[in-house]
Amino acid sequence: MAFTFAAFCYMLSLVLCAALIFFAIWHIIAFDELRTDFKSPIDQCNPVHARERLRNIERICFLLRKLVLPEYSIHSLFCIMFLCAQEWLTLGLNVPLLFYHFWRYFHCPADSSELAYDPPVVMNADTLSYCQKEAWCKLAFYLLSFFYYLYCPFCTWISSALTVTPSTHSLDFMNVWWSLLRI
Amino acid sequence: MSAPAGSPHPAASARIPPKFGGAAASGAAAPAGPAPAPHQQNGPAQNQMQVPSGYGLHHQNYIAPSGHYSQGPGKMTSLPLDTQCGDYYSALYTVPTQNVTVNTVNQQPGAQQMYSRGPPAPHIVGSTLGSFQGAASSASHLHTSASQPYSSFVNHYNSPAMYSANSSVASQGFPSTCGHYAMSTVSNAAYPSVSYPSLPAGDTYGQMFTSQSAPTIRPVKDNSFSGQNTAISHPLPLPPPPSQQHQQQQSLSGYNTLTWSALGLPSTQDNLIRNHTGSLAVANNNPTITDSLSCPVMQNVQPPKSSPVVSTVLSGSSSTRTPPTANHPVEPVTSVTQPSELLQQKGVDSSSTTSSASPMPNSYDALEGGSYPDMLSSSASSPAPDPAPEPDPASASAPASAAAPVIPQPSKMAKPFGYGYPTLQPGYQNATAPLTSGVQPSNPVYSGFQQYPQYPGVNQLSSSLGGLSLQSSPQPESLRPVNLTQERNILPMTPVWAPVPNLNADLKKLNCSPDSFRCTLTNIPQTQALLNKAKLPLGLLLHPFRDLTQLPVITSNTIVRCRSCRTYINPFVSFIDQRRWKCNLCYRVNDVPEEFMYNPLTRSYGEPHKRPEVQNSTVEFIASSDYMLRPPQPAVYLFVLDVSHNAVEAGYLTILCQSLLENLDKLPGDSRTRIGFMTFDSTIHFYNLQEGLSQPQMLIVSDIDDVFLPTPDSLLVNLYESKELIKDLLNALPNMFTNTRETHSALGPALQAAFKLMSPTGGRVSVFQTQLPSLGAGLLQSREDPNQRSSTKVVQHLGPATDFYKKLALDCSGQQTAVDLFLLSSQYSDLASLACMSKYSAGCIYYYPSFHYTHNPSQAEKLQKDLKRYLTRKIGFEAVMRIRCTKGLSMHTFHGNFFVRSTDLLSLANINPDAGFAVQLSIEESLTDTSLVCFQTALLYTSSKGERRIRVHTLCLPVVSSLADVYAGVDVQAAICLLANMAVDRSISSSLSDARDALVNAVVDSLSAYGSTVSNLQHSALMAPSSLKLFPLYVLALLKQKAFRTGTSTRLDDRVYAMCQIKSQPLVHLMRMIHPNLYRIDRLTDEGAIHVNDRVVPQPPLQKLSAEKLTREGAFLMDCGSVFYIWVGKGCDNNFIEDVLGYPNFASIPQKMTHLPELDTLSSERARSFITWLRDSRPLSPILHIVKDESPAKAEFFQHLIEDRTEAAFSYYEFLLHVQQQICK
Repeated sequence: MAFTFAAFCYMLSLVLCAALIFFAIWHIIAFDELRTDFKSPIDQCNPVHARERLRNIERICFLLRKLVLPEYSIHSLFCIMFLCAQEWLTLGLNVPLLFYHFWRYFHCPADSSELAYDPPVVMNADTLSYCQKEAWCKLAFYLLSFFYYLYCPFCTWISSALTVTPSTHSLDFMNVWWSLLRI
Repeated sequence: MSAPAGSPHPAASARIPPKFGGAAASGAAAPAGPAPAPHQQNGPAQNQMQVPSGYGLHHQNYIAPSGHYSQGPGKMTSLPLDTQCGDYYSALYTVPTQNVTVNTVNQQPGAQQMYSRGPPAPHIVGSTLGSFQGAASSASHLHTSASQPYSSFVNHYNSPAMYSANSSVASQGFPSTCGHYAMSTVSNAAYPSVSYPSLPAGDTYGQMFTSQSAPTIRPVKDNSFSGQNTAISHPLPLPPPPSQQHQQQQSLSGYNTLTWSALGLPSTQDNLIRNHTGSLAVANNNPTITDSLSCPVMQNVQPPKSSPVVSTVLSGSSSTRTPPTANHPVEPVTSVTQPSELLQQKGVDSSSTTSSASPMPNSYDALEGGSYPDMLSSSASSPAPDPAPEPDPASASAPASAAAPVIPQPSKMAKPFGYGYPTLQPGYQNATAPLTSGVQPSNPVYSGFQQYPQYPGVNQLSSSLGGLSLQSSPQPESLRPVNLTQERNILPMTPVWAPVPNLNADLKKLNCSPDSFRCTLTNIPQTQALLNKAKLPLGLLLHPFRDLTQLPVITSNTIVRCRSCRTYINPFVSFIDQRRWKCNLCYRVNDVPEEFMYNPLTRSYGEPHKRPEVQNSTVEFIASSDYMLRPPQPAVYLFVLDVSHNAVEAGYLTILCQSLLENLDKLPGDSRTRIGFMTFDSTIHFYNLQEGLSQPQMLIVSDIDDVFLPTPDSLLVNLYESKELIKDLLNALPNMFTNTRETHSALGPALQAAFKLMSPTGGRVSVFQTQLPSLGAGLLQSREDPNQRSSTKVVQHLGPATDFYKKLALDCSGQQTAVDLFLLSSQYSDLASLACMSKYSAGCIYYYPSFHYTHNPSQAEKLQKDLKRYLTRKIGFEAVMRIRCTKGLSMHTFHGNFFVRSTDLLSLANINPDAGFAVQLSIEESLTDTSLVCFQTALLYTSSKGERRIRVHTLCLPVVSSLADVYAGVDVQAAICLLANMAVDRSISSSLSDARDALVNAVVDSLSAYGSTVSNLQHSALMAPSSLKLFPLYVLALLKQKAFRTGTSTRLDDRVYAMCQIKSQPLVHLMRMIHPNLYRIDRLTDEGAIHVNDRVVPQPPLQKLSAEKLTREGAFLMDCGSVFYIWVGKGCDNNFIEDVLGYPNFASIPQKMTHLPELDTLSSERARSFITWLRDSRPLSPILHIVKDESPAKAEFFQHLIEDRTEAAFSYYEFLLHVQQQICK
């Protein structure tokens, strides 16, 4: 196996996947922040704090909203790349999430232009716990796929090595890959 | 009855939860044994009594000076009371009194009023104090009353009538029901000479009197106790001569046997039924209540037929009995307790001086009345057993039903507040309740004292007991299977009451009123799995800021809260010992602070469990400075008025300005109150009202893209300093824009300006809008396609078109500003978008479709009345509400108008008394290790007087482990309201058809779950437990409600408005909106009527909502909550038309008629008093439409007949078949 387009895909997705992992972690933290108001109850009832808190919520929701598109587009980029590279197995693993993202994106409740993460909506305990669960699941998925992207080329090489005599090209590729892993 | 008298910690013992039905036997036994009974009562009774004395009543104004309070007790105790008493009373009772007369169907001779107050009875000066006693067993009530120190106070000068619900209860053997109402009441000026020692005797006597004489006066609204049945049907014989009293009391236990044996008799059942209906009628009356401003309302309930002169009878009876000494010896217990009372009282005297030492020495001033006596709600929610006789075939088959034909529901009660609150001692009342201007009656609402006929007859006895028989019957009434398809008259004849949680008597008595706090399941399932099996929604319905006629207000330096979960101390905590208490929500053990050890009520030390916080499930704290980091905001009102051509054409300005002028002085607030006005069309106009100007200055800002405030300081002005200018402006406003040609409306920029204006202080913005905003930010396009109005498929555009209003609302919420929207438009105005401005800022929404001041006078009148209420009702600023619940339960999804700031904290810029909330619950951890769960709502707000206050409601419910018990405890009305809220969410987030399916599925799932698990008979039939029998009917009503109906032409704005109402209305109002009440009014009779304010209010039975009930010969009144319809049949009797409507015959009745003329005929009087009575019971005055059969308007009326088939929807029977089919699938 040479240093093909597929290999490039894996390398790129590895990097981007790291970014997605950070996104997911950030989401988890953000939802946690939304869920708990770290003030004492008396402070919470204080109108001045109310203002701050509200501003905070709006800021977080604004950021959350900002992150929606990048996350979804990065993930769809994976899918497109794997489609082009004809990595069917990897593509198959990613397609469910892709559809889920489409559903999330286009299934917005109202006519309103806003996506999810509308402050009154997201502050609902139900929605919030859903979002939090979603974030954890995504984190797990991205982590797994990170390692998958890391080792999948290796496995492919092993399998190809078992069937075909290793060529210099493939060794080249492996060298590149190993150097990458060593980083 | 777990609390032994002697035990130092009655509260702790009270914790022991009664298991379902388990207590019955023991309860029955208790009364029989005289010795134990008194003990039991002593404990609780004392507690309760003390409570009342503790607080004075506060008026709504909160004016009550604390100084008075401290004085109060001192005076009270001092013996030379006679003169004082007179004073107190006279002061207090100058108020108009109401006589409520109950016509009991039975028309038994014996019933006299317990006491009459006011003019008719000359010598009775005093008013009643209702003290709540917790009486565990009926037999013992005498003891209780005697032992209560406070009551004894009263007694001095009064001959109090103590009424105990207990007796009936006891006879039942239903311990849980026992409530003891001690009404310390009638003071007799004539008997000032009564000596102290004898006083307690007076008490006893009083009790004796009530219980035995059976005039049972009992507050209609009582919550905790025995249901109304008991009260009503109370079989006690005529009041015996005093000497006999003793005997009778003891014989109470004997009654049990009688009743039981008698149960089976059909005749008795009849009686029962009648009794019940009678009682219900009375209950309805509660609402009666007078104007909010009026003073204490005393009602005398008297059966008119028994004797024409009620008042005289009373006085006579009282006088005869008053010689208390004879009675006194009767009770050994009494005598024993008396000394202690004396001691206590002395203690009080001495301590009174010391109390002043602390800065705010717990002045427990209680006061505060709502502006509204919540009659309505009380009536609706008050526990009344199902009165309906229910001729149901199923009952014969069901074994259980025979035993307990009548309502075994533990009757209980509805309003904790009416009388739930221990009444005030007269002295206190006097001090606190200056009857000045708009103050509410500080009196406990004893509005309905029912009395019943006393009848020695066995029938009555049995009947009364029958009502109480719940516990002993093998199966509670609420579980009696009902075959829905065969039960033709599923709707009871009288309103449906909230079920009473199956708690022991002490807890029941302490529990929160269902008017404020209701749970869809009064028996909480132990695990989520069990809940899932039951397929019922679990949630709470709240009406936290309801107008209360009486509310204990507590001023204390330390507000005692759990250290870990911050729960406020409440009646359901347990005291481990004198110094420690255990939180009932998180189970942490906390210390009792030093200050809490001192009980300001009794002026005694070391009785933390007797503090008012621990004696009342609804209390209000005046928050200490810890709770505010900035000074409380003043009341600030800003009016933003649309003055475009469309608005001027509609003419609402005249009505608004007129209402404002009239109510300017009644706007809630203190001397800091500020007010401002803005108008807008395509530009924004500000009004400079700064004091010192000769006339208002109008400032026009035409730059709507970047709004600024021309003179930020002088736009919101002090109401009192600039009153003249404000009046000038209000007089001028209606005519200022008469010639305007501006048709555009720049609502968005105007709101932005309003936001800027309000941000420094916060407050309330009232927006009047008449059309679609067409300029600047937030402009909207018409989204409604009229052709889709009756579409059965997709209903679109239920959500907002833009985020502008939502964002603005959030900004406002952050600045503690609420936006209230009045939408008065004739065309589509995109309420779905506009409503966001109120939804998320905790405002309220009013919608007047096709408003025009001349073309549509009924809407104009409605606006006028709504405005009056809107402007004068109570208001709380910068509020937050937190709901806590026992560990293991968790809350998710709140419904209402607010913004959720952190998962359990609702941010409410304003709170108003007409706002309701709902919360869904889930069970996260198994509740196996607890038998009770509690919910606590704490609402922190700034009153219009600039005080930070915390209103706390606590509800306690039992946990059950069997599915049958879960079904037995379903509160079907609460469940429906919660489902409606959920369905609104669903239709916005998903689609309307989804929401409709979900509603149908709710019925299908719950009934099939019931059929497959609990009921074991007749699987082919559609069976439902009696507690759920109205479920399908209500769901059908919901499906035909404007919000959810399809296939019938519904304007989008109407639909959205209905949804907004569902989300924000409290339960009582919502239920009426969902399922209107229908009455036949052309044959009103005095049968079962009640007397309110010297008016006879007939109580016609409820009719089911079906055209089958409408006869051409009749006239029917439909009460839809916000609107009344009177439908006049073509063949209606000309006498009725002439006497009531004022026209000679059917043909001459005009098409649009919105008032009943005041005719001097009996039937007109009856009809009017009935309608007025219905009206008085709700905050917003409904408008009346008189609909002729054949007139085009009748469609409006017929659409509410939800049991009938329409082109697009099932009839009730078809719906049942549909459900059955779904179940069988």
